Amino acid sequence: MTDLGEDHFRTLVDKFYQTESRRVLATLIRLLGDFDLAEEALHDAFVAALETWGLSGVPASPRAWLVSTGRFKAIDSLRRRARFDRSEAEVAEHLASLADEPAADLDHEVADDQLRLIFTCCHPALPPDAQVALTLREVCGLTTEEIARAFLTAPPTVAQRIVRAKAKIKEAGIPYQLPSLAELPARLDRVLHVLYLVFNEGYSASAGATVTRADLSDEAIRLGRLLVDLLPDPEAVGLLALMLLHESRRSARTSTAGEIILLAEQDRATWNREQIAEGAALVERALATRRFGAYTVQAAIAATHAQSPSAAETDWNEIVGLYDILLRADPSPVVALNRASAVAMRDGPVAGLALIEAVLAGGQLDDYHLAHSARAELCRRLGRLGEAREAYRRALRLVKQEPERRFLEARLRETGPP
Amino acid sequence: MKYLCLIYTEEATFRQAMSPADEAAMMAEYGAFSASIQKSGHFLAGNRLEPSTAAVTIRIRDGKTSTTDGPFAETKEALGGFYMIDARDLNEAIQVASRIPGAKVGSIEVRPIAYTTPPAGGG
Repeated sequence: MTDLGEDHFRTLVDKFYQTESRRVLATLIRLLGDFDLAEEALHDAFVAALETWGLSGVPASPRAWLVSTGRFKAIDSLRRRARFDRSEAEVAEHLASLADEPAADLDHEVADDQLRLIFTCCHPALPPDAQVALTLREVCGLTTEEIARAFLTAPPTVAQRIVRAKAKIKEAGIPYQLPSLAELPARLDRVLHVLYLVFNEGYSASAGATVTRADLSDEAIRLGRLLVDLLPDPEAVGLLALMLLHESRRSARTSTAGEIILLAEQDRATWNREQIAEGAALVERALATRRFGAYTVQAAIAATHAQSPSAAETDWNEIVGLYDILLRADPSPVVALNRASAVAMRDGPVAGLALIEAVLAGGQLDDYHLAHSARAELCRRLGRLGEAREAYRRALRLVKQEPERRFLEARLRETGPP
Repeated sequence: MKYLCLIYTEEATFRQAMSPADEAAMMAEYGAFSASIQKSGHFLAGNRLEPSTAAVTIRIRDGKTSTTDGPFAETKEALGGFYMIDARDLNEAIQVASRIPGAKVGSIEVRPIAYTTPPAGGG
């Protein structure tokens, strides 16, 4: 084969890796019953593809070929290792006996396997940061180093989370299966939570030099689409809508210098119309089921903003009404705070400030910088500058993200000398 | 990405405690492991090292070169061999390194190779 042919061929196999590797992995984990063994098998299957497809041509069903090749490679390598470790022999023979069974309807199984993988990575027995790391690596195919960079963590920390999570899955015997119907709502909640966590870290980084890290949000949206395809639950639809509607405003949220631009001041012409249309349609779809939850209501709020020509022309009454519904579904102080800001837009800063102060009196948002900056903002608009400065300073002591810090410092300067 | 896997073992106890049969078995295990990572495409380089008694440590201070016997630092575990591997990420490197036979008696340190731009003009 010529070099040119080989390059072309490698590109082709790389393309299959991009599109198929996660699906093949999900199935191999079920067939082999072990994450590490399955990852090794996946690797070996692609090495074999590179060696043989050039000579024999790309098989009719590359996915089925990769799955069966991976399985036989795994059995083969276990047998070889059994020469040094007898415990591997039993596993190898057990797997070999299973391999003789006729393969079930692969395409149907593949979808279920992807769901099995998602639910296993987000299993409640695993610590939350391990759920995130495992999902990003096994389901999305990010490397350990990419995950570490995205979360501003050292690669060895992420690597050990993944190693320990896999060990836990093995030792605790966490089954590789779909949750029962009774368990499904709680387990799906967990999956959606992980997804939203990944999205938010990409959309509004909790710390660091920049406001957003687009890669993580893209991954979360991709995963959201996959989930909606596999399991069209109304809240999965609602979460995908919410992520798309937030994402539609990404480029408008910061200036070219990296400074924060608030919703009211954003150039709405730069909002992504395609994402807004898709998000709004998904909101309608989720609302129509009448079995929606908090993500769908948040998406409905985001859709109302997205479809308003300006902050002044926004239907704030509608938004306050949606927050009322949200507060019933999710009675958290953060939701109450956001509702208070919407009331301030509808009824004026006095009404909003009274509500914010009631929320703050609860004490749960003492360390939440956005609660203090929201209070500062309303005090400033009411000309209560001393109180505004005090609240901005309090927010500044809590903020961890650079652009947010600069934004608060600028606002503090605008309120005049101390 | 490239990773260097450093194999540390307790040299003294290790050598004395090992019968020729055990040593042959271990070498066979290393042979099988090396063959498997060559086949899987992970292998870039690797070798066993002579014991640390064969080592010389060099220092240059104030322009003067001094040499001493043995490794720089006295530790219970000594560097006994290494593999340089190519892996998709740190977790894949850990998976490969955990199959190094030495992991069962000593320890393996996995170190990512720092990325450097190759020098212009080659060499």
